[in-house]
Amino acid sequence: MRKNRNVGIVGVGQSVFSSHREEVNQPEMIHEAVVEALQMAGITMADVDCVVHGNMELFEMVHQPDLWHTIGTGAWGKETLRITTGGTTGATLVAAADHLVASGLHDIVLAIGFEKLQEGHTTGGITNMADPLWGRQLQTGALTGMTAAAIIDEFGAERARKAAMTYRILMDKHAMKNEKAHRRLGLEFDQADELAVNSPALVGELRMIHMCSQSDGACAMIFASEETAKQLCPQPAWIRDHITVHREEMFCIFGNAPVLSTHRYAAQKLFARNGITDPLSQIDVFEMYDPSSWWGIDWLREFLMLEGDAHIRMVENHDIAIEGKFPVNPSGGVIASNPIGATAMVRVAEAALQIMGKAGQHQVPKPVNQAMASGFGGTMWTVLFLLTRDIPAMG
Amino acid sequence: MSRRVGICAVAQTPFKRDFWEERFQGMALIVLESLLEQTGLKFDEANGIQASISVSDDIFDARTISDNAMTDVLGAHFGCEEKVAQEGAQALYYALAMIQSGHVDTVLVLGHCKESQGQSRNMVTHTAFDPFYTRPVGLDFQAAAGLQAQAYLQKSGIREDQLARIVVRARNNAKRFPLPLEIEPVDPSDVQNSPMLADPIRSLHAYPVTDGAIGMIVAAEERARAICPNPVWITGVGNCMDSFFLGDRDITSNFALEKALERACRRAGIDRPQDAFDVIELSDQYAYQLPLWCEGIGLCPENRMRDWLDADGLDKHHVNLSGGTLAGSPLILGGLSRAASVVLQLMGKAGDAQVDGARRGLAHGVMGPAGQFHTTLVLERDGSGR
Repeated sequence: MRKNRNVGIVGVGQSVFSSHREEVNQPEMIHEAVVEALQMAGITMADVDCVVHGNMELFEMVHQPDLWHTIGTGAWGKETLRITTGGTTGATLVAAADHLVASGLHDIVLAIGFEKLQEGHTTGGITNMADPLWGRQLQTGALTGMTAAAIIDEFGAERARKAAMTYRILMDKHAMKNEKAHRRLGLEFDQADELAVNSPALVGELRMIHMCSQSDGACAMIFASEETAKQLCPQPAWIRDHITVHREEMFCIFGNAPVLSTHRYAAQKLFARNGITDPLSQIDVFEMYDPSSWWGIDWLREFLMLEGDAHIRMVENHDIAIEGKFPVNPSGGVIASNPIGATAMVRVAEAALQIMGKAGQHQVPKPVNQAMASGFGGTMWTVLFLLTRDIPAMG
Repeated sequence: MSRRVGICAVAQTPFKRDFWEERFQGMALIVLESLLEQTGLKFDEANGIQASISVSDDIFDARTISDNAMTDVLGAHFGCEEKVAQEGAQALYYALAMIQSGHVDTVLVLGHCKESQGQSRNMVTHTAFDPFYTRPVGLDFQAAAGLQAQAYLQKSGIREDQLARIVVRARNNAKRFPLPLEIEPVDPSDVQNSPMLADPIRSLHAYPVTDGAIGMIVAAEERARAICPNPVWITGVGNCMDSFFLGDRDITSNFALEKALERACRRAGIDRPQDAFDVIELSDQYAYQLPLWCEGIGLCPENRMRDWLDADGLDKHHVNLSGGTLAGSPLILGGLSRAASVVLQLMGKAGDAQVDGARRGLAHGVMGPAGQFHTTLVLERDGSGR
């Protein structure tokens, strides 16, 4: 990749995430995140050249919501762009902001992802994604028990269920350190057996406790060209590279043929072009879009190109804990907070905070030189980011 | 601006009132096949199309993630696709950024919409209004345009017969333009006697309900020259967002259009936009908007619009020789369609509407109530020498 110029993340803002943000409307909630991001970057709206906006409009049923949200985004008189790609939207917005700055069109770009899921019906909205003739009767929103079944098939029910619950409790322990997180349940490991039985079943082995939340929330990020970023911020998080991999709708009446996952495909390509041969040692923290504990476990194997039961062992040994060998989602991840249009941006934002050393209570207790963040959406779509502490060499 | 980016090919389905025989994926496929045939490209990361930018709208499509159902047509199976969920001219703005950033060299831009699917477009644009203050009073883009038309006609003194002539001209122009548009000519009396939609907007003053898809291949200079003998360069882009609440704006001021154009012209190195363009394509969703936007780009001295129209200002400045949005294009593909018309002119492919020696053109897109958001694109061919 011959990138035109480097782009640094200099500001991150997040609203409080909650199941019901009834005290604010959409622009007001966005405004919370925007103000925080501007404060961190030490700039005002006057310094921003372009505002990038995205969410999933069928959830709240607002057409082209950037028009109304101008009140909260501060986009009046600015250049703007609205990009959406379903669940990956937040990460795609980061990719778009990176393009807008790297191209030289803009020096400072503000990107905003938001969702107010309380104002719509999330599962109904997601089900509307499926083809009205061929897919809609089969679609159950984002709920699926297939991955749980596959993991149980491969590793046995007892080990698989225990790993899923360990993953879940580790994520809750991380969320307890993140005051912005929506679900902070204070789970302890001795509750695992009880939760595995008593949490309401959703689909197959997928239980309520395994599944991500439905949240209201907004995330804002500020991106600057290399020169501007150095002036604004002692330690920006630099965007080293990113890759977007979509795939076709995948309901297949001929059975579940073995396919390469988009996660592994994206990771392979991203690692190859950035000289990453051993992700576990070359990446210091990973913010992964984990819609459920089962997907969280399974996708560790794909993103980190692991074989056999290495991913299960990482969970069993608590390697993925904040103080572990390979911390995953020190923010608590998507299981803790999921305002969908913002969720994938929060992954990149949290990875950036770790590099900038500004993650507060959930800062990982080791140097973070390189961080990875993933977005997930659509029909197994992946957007994967690498952020670095050092300025990337221009290839 | 950094490296040059060119448009290498344009394709469009027929734009018609009800494209019942194709689903939106099928409409997009018609466009894709034409683009691949024109350019000889494939979806190939080394030398082919490396990423796709789609344009569509979840609410118009009644599909969450409206690009999800068309991954195959967008060549995005194990590939990169992103959706511009805004007015279509913004897809060219974004394609420019994506290529100039260095990430990719060749991009497919493909937009679709079936406005006929809903009972009324106004039901869709009604939901663009906030649920607390403006939705309860029943606003939609058409009603907002009615308010803008009231204010502008009063200010400019434009007569009803002048509006009728704008509509008649648009439909006659569309018949001469090579892009397939299903639109019938009308007489001035048809326009002046058509039913009132939102006073003073009559039904023939409004752009017709339209289904269709449109696409382009956009590439970095070196690739563009390899793909196409006469690429059209995107030399300037600019857009601007105005206030949301109509009461916070002077809705006849052209604030956002002027700022958008100023930005595009700055990037293209143009000092006097009023003399800079050989062809101009404006998104006129309603008849009154064509003179209003013409004022915004400085074609007519202030308060002289009535005389300017009578003196054939539109023809003299080669404004909307394609028929414009009034000849029918889906709301969200308006600016992309206008850009396509300019590209054909600059490639010398505009048929009976061809402006001899056209070298530089302006394309314009607009979205939101009463023109809240404007996009402008400056397009040039080789040898424009400016």
